Amino acid sequence: MKRSNLKAWLYLLPAIAFLGVFMVYPLIDVFIYSFEEGYNSASQTVFGVGWYNYSYVLHDPYFLQAVKNTLILVIITVPVSTGFALLISVGLNSIKPLRELYQTVFFLPYVTNTLAVGLVFMILFKKTAYTDGLVNLLINWFGGESVDFIDGPYWAKMFIMCFYTVWVVMPFKILILTSALASVDETYYNAARVDGTSRLRIFTRITLPMISPMIFYLIITGFIGAFKAYSDEVALFGTNLNAAGMNTIVGYVYDMLYGNSGGYPSYASAAALILFAIVLTITCVNLLVSRKNVYY
Amino acid sequence: MKVRLQNLTKRYPNRNKKSHEDVVAVNDFTFEIPDGKLIGLLGPSGCGKSTTLNLICGLEKPTAGRIFFGEDDVTDLPPENRGVGLVFQNYALYPHLTVRQNILFPLQNLKGEARPSKAQMQEKVLEAAKLVQIDQLLDRKPSELSGGQQQRVAIARALVKMPRVLLLDEPLSNLDARLRLQTREEIRRIQRETGITTVFVTHDQEEAMSISDMIVVMEAGVVQQIGKPQDVYDSPVNLFVAKFLGTPAINVFQGRIRGGGLFLGEDRVMAMPGQEDREVWVGIRPEGFVLQKDGPLRCSLVGVEVMGRDTSVVASHPAFTGAAIRAIVSAENRVDAAAETVRFSIKPRKLFLFDVQSGERIDFRTEGET
Repeated sequence: MKRSNLKAWLYLLPAIAFLGVFMVYPLIDVFIYSFEEGYNSASQTVFGVGWYNYSYVLHDPYFLQAVKNTLILVIITVPVSTGFALLISVGLNSIKPLRELYQTVFFLPYVTNTLAVGLVFMILFKKTAYTDGLVNLLINWFGGESVDFIDGPYWAKMFIMCFYTVWVVMPFKILILTSALASVDETYYNAARVDGTSRLRIFTRITLPMISPMIFYLIITGFIGAFKAYSDEVALFGTNLNAAGMNTIVGYVYDMLYGNSGGYPSYASAAALILFAIVLTITCVNLLVSRKNVYY
Repeated sequence: MKVRLQNLTKRYPNRNKKSHEDVVAVNDFTFEIPDGKLIGLLGPSGCGKSTTLNLICGLEKPTAGRIFFGEDDVTDLPPENRGVGLVFQNYALYPHLTVRQNILFPLQNLKGEARPSKAQMQEKVLEAAKLVQIDQLLDRKPSELSGGQQQRVAIARALVKMPRVLLLDEPLSNLDARLRLQTREEIRRIQRETGITTVFVTHDQEEAMSISDMIVVMEAGVVQQIGKPQDVYDSPVNLFVAKFLGTPAINVFQGRIRGGGLFLGEDRVMAMPGQEDREVWVGIRPEGFVLQKDGPLRCSLVGVEVMGRDTSVVASHPAFTGAAIRAIVSAENRVDAAAETVRFSIKPRKLFLFDVQSGERIDFRTEGET
């Protein structure tokens, strides 16, 4: 028994060593940093230990703006993208001709580079000296006023941010949901048909419960992914997100570490742990809700 | 409710694009199922029996022909308006619903006046559950039930809305041997108690013969024979039906009629008065062999299997077409397993002649019969 245990540990050693050095140690380090007040990375000195870093971050208007942006993004994009993905998947599942073509088209954003997509969005939405952008041309054509989506009012920028995020995360959801729908056994539908079940009832009482584990998986990963949003915002609004007022929590962490005002690992660590606490809470709430509504 | 199938035909477009010929799943099926009877649709896989069932329940539309329930033409009705209950091979119980919710499901689909009140629904569910003896299990999920119990839930779900016709698709194939015996008795009992006209599909001839009022033997989309199980067994219309019914299977020999006698190889096994000389297939049921010291059929003995009540004699003969002849004789006959040859006489009623080309049965009279 003991010998085989030793052997097992030996086999696990490489993985444990790597995880320990590159994951566990930094995690602990972040935790420690977040409580070290006035940490100086050059001299490796601290003034003291306490809650000051958290207090600073929570009072920083940039951080509060980032939290607000992130929450709006999460609350809008997760339900909207999952809902649209479900609609599109059901549609894809019920058509025969050109299904492969549509599947490919819907999957394209997933394999396209984020920055390239950001560029396309600039062309569509950005107002420059020469053109108002394609979308504004359309708005003008319908008699509306031009809106600057990239450098204009907050709601317009938020709209673009949500629109972009939904568009980027949907392909993966469609992929997962179409395969989940296809894996539902045909005989359940036949059984329901023989019993005279209406199409709506088949969808709500049979299809949805059957694919509920996948929907739940998408919602959880969707929440986590949206809370971690950063690169998409850079693609849209450039690196100075604070100036654009479109920073996210992860963006704030990055700025604190490396940005122009960077060099504050303690504040960055505190912000990262706050983000962790938020994500953990929401995931736990999700799990509790799912116990009742998800069938495995 | 009697069910009438009239020239029912179902063709599918050929999957093989080079061939433009359609695949005929069911060909010109005409049959009237009497009210309240249990009918077994029997045939090898791919013979069109499941397609026939799907046509009756409406999941598939026939290419030609009509289907009547009583006097109503239901051919163009969708399944939900036909009033059929269908039990699927894999039961298709909704895994996320409890047994009670599963049985309740068809009732909740009803609309308008047909929809019973909540209390009535619960009452009907309980009634159906009691009929199949699962009223103790109503609050379990299907995954917590054994195969036999799931089967009963599926039947209860099909019965709860009091269908005009009950259809069962290979209802026993997912059960183990012992449960199968028990469940087929159950199905018989439930059918008798409710008096609902029932059609069930199976590839297991024993299953079909044991509980059906009538069996329909199909091959390649064509109905071969319809009749009471014993009648079909005793007088098969052709070689296919003869081979398909009975375990162990019928023994088929190459035979010849010559000068008023039936020859298997060199052995003149039986007199055939009034038959012209010709080649024939000869089928002999395993129970048609009688051990006799000077019997006309001389076989080399391969082995003897004692099965308590009966003894199975395994033998070979030059004119035999299969691997080994199986003869079932009463255990009172002690067979010397060391002997090289064994001789049989044949019971005339257990011997059938079939045309070499068409496989149709040839009627014959033997000596002593009128």
